[in-house]
Amino acid sequence: MSETVIIDTGCANLSSVRFAFERLGADVSVSDDPVVITAATRVILPGVGSAPAAMQSIRQKHLVEVIQNLTQPVLGVCLGMQLMTEYSTERGEKDQDTQCLGLIPTSVRELDTQQLPTPHMGWNQLSPVMKHQQPHPLFAGISNGDFVYFVHSFCAPVSDYTIALSDYGEPFGAAIANGNFMGVQFHPEKSAAVGSRILQNFLKMSKATLSGGAA
Amino acid sequence: MLAKRIVPCLDVKAGKVVKGVQFRNHEIVGDIVPLAQRYAAEGADELVFYDITASAHDRTVDKSWVSRVAQQIDIPFCVAGGIRSIEQAREILAFGADKISINSPALSDPSLIRRLHDEFGRQCVVVGIDSFYDAASDSYKVKQFTGDEAATRDTQWYTLDWVEEAQTQGCGEIVLNVMNQDGVRQGYDINQLSKVRSVCDVPLIASGGAGTMEHFREVFLDANVDAALAASVFHKGIIPIPELKQYLRDAGICIRNDQPLQA
Repeated sequence: MSETVIIDTGCANLSSVRFAFERLGADVSVSDDPVVITAATRVILPGVGSAPAAMQSIRQKHLVEVIQNLTQPVLGVCLGMQLMTEYSTERGEKDQDTQCLGLIPTSVRELDTQQLPTPHMGWNQLSPVMKHQQPHPLFAGISNGDFVYFVHSFCAPVSDYTIALSDYGEPFGAAIANGNFMGVQFHPEKSAAVGSRILQNFLKMSKATLSGGAA
Repeated sequence: MLAKRIVPCLDVKAGKVVKGVQFRNHEIVGDIVPLAQRYAAEGADELVFYDITASAHDRTVDKSWVSRVAQQIDIPFCVAGGIRSIEQAREILAFGADKISINSPALSDPSLIRRLHDEFGRQCVVVGIDSFYDAASDSYKVKQFTGDEAATRDTQWYTLDWVEEAQTQGCGEIVLNVMNQDGVRQGYDINQLSKVRSVCDVPLIASGGAGTMEHFREVFLDANVDAALAASVFHKGIIPIPELKQYLRDAGICIRNDQPLQA
C-alpha cells in the first residue's frame, strides 16, 4: 500500500502528477481500487478534459461513494478540483449541468475573461486567503504574488471556501477547501519550485494533522 | 497578473536537438533531456519540442524521450511533429506532455483539430502555423511540410484565414512562426503578429526572429502576444534567460519569478 494514492479516473493524464511526487521522493501509486484508495494516507484526484466525461468515468468505476467517504486529506487538481464541487455548468451530451461529487459546497461555471485570450493559460499569481493571520496549510511558505501554472476555461467563483485567489478578467478561486477536501485549479505538478512547495505541504498532511489543525 | 511566457524551442531530429537557419542546414545543439533541464532551471516558462523531420518523412516522433522529459522537468511542455491521429496524440499525452501541436497534418485535414479538441479538450491542442511573407502579393501565406526543404510547399491558405479556421475547429493556442524571420535574429515580425493578434482569441505564441532582448520587449508590448518562442539565441547562449527575464521586468512587463518570494 502506498502512502499517497493518485485516483485513476480513467481519462486523466496521470503521468505528470505521479512524476512530480516521485521527484519529491514520495511513496506514490496510481489506482482505481476502492480498498487501495481508502487505505491511503492521502489521496490525489487528478483530471484533465471535460467534467461530464470525467464524472461518467468515475461513476462507471463505482468510485463516487468511495471518494465521498474518504476522511484523509484529498487534493483535487485542475478538473479534479472542479469535480469536488456540487455541480459544474460545463455541459455534456444531455446539455444539462454536470452533477459533481459534492465534497465542497460551491459550484463551477465559465470564467469571465473579459475578452482576454481564452483559455486562461500560463503563469498567474496567487493570493492565499489569510485566516487568523495564517494561510491554509496547503499554502504555508507561499506569498502573495507567487506564480503557478493554470490551464482552464471554467472556475469556482470566489466563496467562503476559497483558500487562494487568482485573477484573470475577474477574481476566481485558485484553490478551495472544505475540511479534508482541498482542490487547486492550477497545476502544482507543472509549477516549478512554487508548485513543489505546495505538493510538499500536502505530503505533510494526514488524518492526524487534520484533526490537530483548525481546518 | 498573467505573466508573459518565455518559451525555448528545441527542434528535435534523430533524437538530438538541432537548429538550422531559415529551416535549413541543421546543426546538432545537444541532447534533449539535459537541455530541457537546463532551460527549466534557468527560468524558462514552458518548452516546445518539434520533431522537424516527422511530417515530411511521413512518420511520427520517437516518443521514448517524452516520458524522460516529463519525469525530469516541472514546467509545462508541448510536443509537435507528425501527429496526425487521435491515437498518436493520446500516446504523447499519456507519456506526460501537456500539449500537442499540429501543423502540416491540420492543413491536410482541418477536422483533425476538431477531433483532438473533442477527445482531449481545447487546452492541449496547439496549432503551429508556418507563415511566409509573399512580397509579390504583399500578403502572408501558409506553408506546409517545412521540416524538409524538398517537401515544403505552398498552401491555398492566407495566414489570417487559417488562424480563424484553426480557432473555429477548436484549437487552444496558436504558434505563429514567421519563416522569413526564423533563425536570422532580425526581430519578430511585429506587423504580422499584430494583425494575427487582432483575429486571435486564444493564446498566441510568437516564433521566429528573436536576436536581442529588445526584440522580446517589442513583441510583448507592441504585438501583445502571450508568449515568445526562440531557439538559437538560447542554444548559443546569446541571451541568458535570467538576464532576459529581469530586462523584461524592468521594462514593466509581467514576468514570472522562478522561486517562491519567501524562499
